Amino acid sequence: MTFHPGILALLLGSVLTASMLCCCAYEGARIIRNWDIRSGSELQLELERRTYLISMVMSYALGFELLSLFLFIYTADSLSSLFVGAMCAAGSLKVNGFGYPALMLKITDFLLAGVWLIVNFTDNKASDYPLIKTKYGLLILITPFLVAETLVQGAYLLGLKPDIITSCCGTIFTTDANTILSGLIGLPRALSQTACYFSMAVTFLLGLVFYLKGKGGYFFSISTLISFLIAIVALISFISVYFYELPTHHCPFCILHPEYGYVGYPLYITLLAGAVSGLGIGAIMPFRNINSLAEVLPPIQRRLALISILSYAAFMLISGYGIVFSHLSLAAY
Amino acid sequence: MSAIEKQRHIIDFMLASLWRRKGKNLSLVVVYTFVIFLLASVMFFAHAIKKEAALILRDAPEIMVQRLVAGRQGFIPESYIDSIQRIKGVQSVTPRLWGYYYDGQSGANYTLMVNADLKDRPGEIIIGKGVTLRRATTEDKIITRKNDSIPFKTYDGSYLMLQVKGVLPAASELVTSDLVLVSEQDFRKIFSVSKDHATDLVLEVRNDKELSTIAAKITQLYPDTRPILRNEILRTYDAVFDWRAGVIIVILAGAFFAFIILAWDKATGLNAEEKREIGILKAIGWETSDILLMKFWEGAAVSLSAFLMGILSAYLHIFFTASALFAPVLKGWSVLYPDFKLTPFISAYEIAILFFLTVIPYTVATIVPSWRSATIDPDSVMRT
Amino acid sequence: MIQLQHIRKVFNAGKSNEFVAIEGVNLSIDSRKATALKGPSGSGKTTLLSILGCMARPTSGRITLKEREITSLPERFLTDIRRKTFGFMFQQFHLIKGITALENVMIPAYPNGEKHAALKKRAIDLLDRLNLSHKAFAKVEWLSGGEAQRIAIARALINDPAIIIADEPTAHLDTHLSREFMEIMRRLKEQGKTLLIASHDPLVYESDVIDRIIDMRDGKIVFPGAAGDVP
Repeated sequence: MTFHPGILALLLGSVLTASMLCCCAYEGARIIRNWDIRSGSELQLELERRTYLISMVMSYALGFELLSLFLFIYTADSLSSLFVGAMCAAGSLKVNGFGYPALMLKITDFLLAGVWLIVNFTDNKASDYPLIKTKYGLLILITPFLVAETLVQGAYLLGLKPDIITSCCGTIFTTDANTILSGLIGLPRALSQTACYFSMAVTFLLGLVFYLKGKGGYFFSISTLISFLIAIVALISFISVYFYELPTHHCPFCILHPEYGYVGYPLYITLLAGAVSGLGIGAIMPFRNINSLAEVLPPIQRRLALISILSYAAFMLISGYGIVFSHLSLAAY
Repeated sequence: MSAIEKQRHIIDFMLASLWRRKGKNLSLVVVYTFVIFLLASVMFFAHAIKKEAALILRDAPEIMVQRLVAGRQGFIPESYIDSIQRIKGVQSVTPRLWGYYYDGQSGANYTLMVNADLKDRPGEIIIGKGVTLRRATTEDKIITRKNDSIPFKTYDGSYLMLQVKGVLPAASELVTSDLVLVSEQDFRKIFSVSKDHATDLVLEVRNDKELSTIAAKITQLYPDTRPILRNEILRTYDAVFDWRAGVIIVILAGAFFAFIILAWDKATGLNAEEKREIGILKAIGWETSDILLMKFWEGAAVSLSAFLMGILSAYLHIFFTASALFAPVLKGWSVLYPDFKLTPFISAYEIAILFFLTVIPYTVATIVPSWRSATIDPDSVMRT
Repeated sequence: MIQLQHIRKVFNAGKSNEFVAIEGVNLSIDSRKATALKGPSGSGKTTLLSILGCMARPTSGRITLKEREITSLPERFLTDIRRKTFGFMFQQFHLIKGITALENVMIPAYPNGEKHAALKKRAIDLLDRLNLSHKAFAKVEWLSGGEAQRIAIARALINDPAIIIADEPTAHLDTHLSREFMEIMRRLKEQGKTLLIASHDPLVYESDVIDRIIDMRDGKIVFPGAAGDVP
């Protein structure tokens, strides 16, 4: 099982990334202890050089997280044929207790890495590295998550045994089972639809207010996170159904398949983009009043707000397109 | 847009300097390409074979029922057919007669199978491509053709001459290479299987979802039987080919590590000329992140060319030269080798895995050396 | 224009080979004037030049450029300022081999991200003014000493900087070319540029282009000179 090429690739990639992150965290600790921008000592110059390395590594790590998120799902998908009862990634992930936690961690890590890069970018724009200690403190906090992801993913992938009988998405993402998930899916469609449209509308509104007036940054940021979560529930609950044109098919992974035009990729990527940029705004809000950031921070936030709003808008457009042009009418359900 | 113009300038400069040092970079690209070629060949092969097996097995029976005697496959009484036929959901039950025949002359094992087409044509056989070569490996170098006869040694020592009436199409070679189709009478003459026994039973089932239930019922009825589901076979094939591909990848790890060390070495071993050049760039106004950008594009250019060339050559290798290098390991051990003309099947997934297994480690190996070269002091050129 | 206060630069601090390159330097460079830095090798001329040109950070002390303190600016900001304010010429010219003269001239402007066509035009104009446009597409290895020097000057001018810094510019030139070089410097000064030249060549520091000579020895300024002080 271990020798499946996809599994080898994921394990190798995540071990490399986690080790690099640990080195970065160590360097970050050194920087926090010894940094003094006003000093011209050789140690300080060396530390400044190190920050370039850490930025570079984190950028690569973020890119890797995004790619490996989709590779992970794809691998789970292609392995599904080896498990009795599994027809797509949904079943493969359920084979042992580490599958879904690994997925959750991967999504979380992507968001965390993205937010860190936003903080890093902001720090670099100021002429005295005002956030240097904050951001490396953050890095040290993020590292355990990435290490956890490597371990949990590893536990999942190495613990896959082909004889285990698991379920297909039809039985996991269904209203019959007694899980929270079913509870969510079983919500009256009207409720999940309303929740989705409402939260998106609120996000757009707060976004516009923030973009034009610069007020309510925290509210907007929190709203983007809530919209992200609600949108995922909405995807499972009703949006995917329209793409599948089958009222009982609620799987969040099957929309990534070629039969559905790979529409899952733009849907998830726009959601992730919207969430990261929205969260980034909230992450740098506390630093608005620092002198050297006073001029550079607001434009960065505005640009992030724009990205977030446009991403969510794209998401709504794509889902709307799917709903409107679907051959399915859910009115009867 | 200024950011794009800046990238463009940096890329221009980077390409020019790569070209100026083509000797040094060429060796790296060659090794890189070779590693990708090896990995890609393995993966394309495994993927194509799995797809091929799946296609072929599409026509295989959904359930096969065998009888086990002392842990090995024995002959199954045709009396079992009635009760099995009556299980709910079973559409039809057909007995099959087949076995393995060892050909002393060529040293090969054939699969002898009774075919309904030959029912009233005793003395005639239809053979697969591999069988036609049974004497091609000896000094005679004779290829058995239509209307030639092949001697079959029967269970009592006598010989039965059977005439070849047809050869199975080359396209199905993967599964028919060693196949010999015979009539029922000839089969029983060769193998002394009594009339009311068959090798196994083949079932047609109405509803796919009932497969496991039906299999369970059969085992209940006749505990000495073993029902085998088609999708179990498919899964096993998948697993085996994946496993074999993975094993080869791990074996290639040696070559892979050598490549990574080479990449790291090339990146750190900046000769004086390169150091000087970067020093000049920094002195005249390029910043560390500009140099890092240049190094990034350099890595991208090298990786991209190696990746494309590696994949292209692997594609040609597997699909146009019939995997000249790998066939023996991946096919398994057999005297009769079918010709491995696989249908080109690749997917974005394989490309992604290849990317993860090659470009990412390469990038990681070159991160620190790139950074070190980019953080040369701007005044270094003045101090020399 | 540039103010240095209590500048000190130490290499390998705390180790056995600790070396103090400059000690206690206080200096004020006026704009639109030509200043010469004179002194034997090891006097700290080059180090002082690199600090003045924002290429290196001092170990302690303060630097102000056009009234803005730049001592602790991170590299990315410092480099940006340096690219726009300074133009450098090196003792060995340090042109990049294997590419054309024109490309060499354009390189310092690449990180600015301006349109290629506009940049190229500006570079060709510069070469024109230095009577070198006919050599624009020649590889630098084939240029004579004088031509290479003029390419180096063009490269220093591509971003239209206010200050030109030259480190031993006439070290590899004969008398005729040295004089020619000083004439080009005179023209630049007339255009309003500030000049900083480190040299132990009398042809340079005794030229009437120079307004002020600063004498250095063992990392200290022994004779600060002042504008109008030249004999």
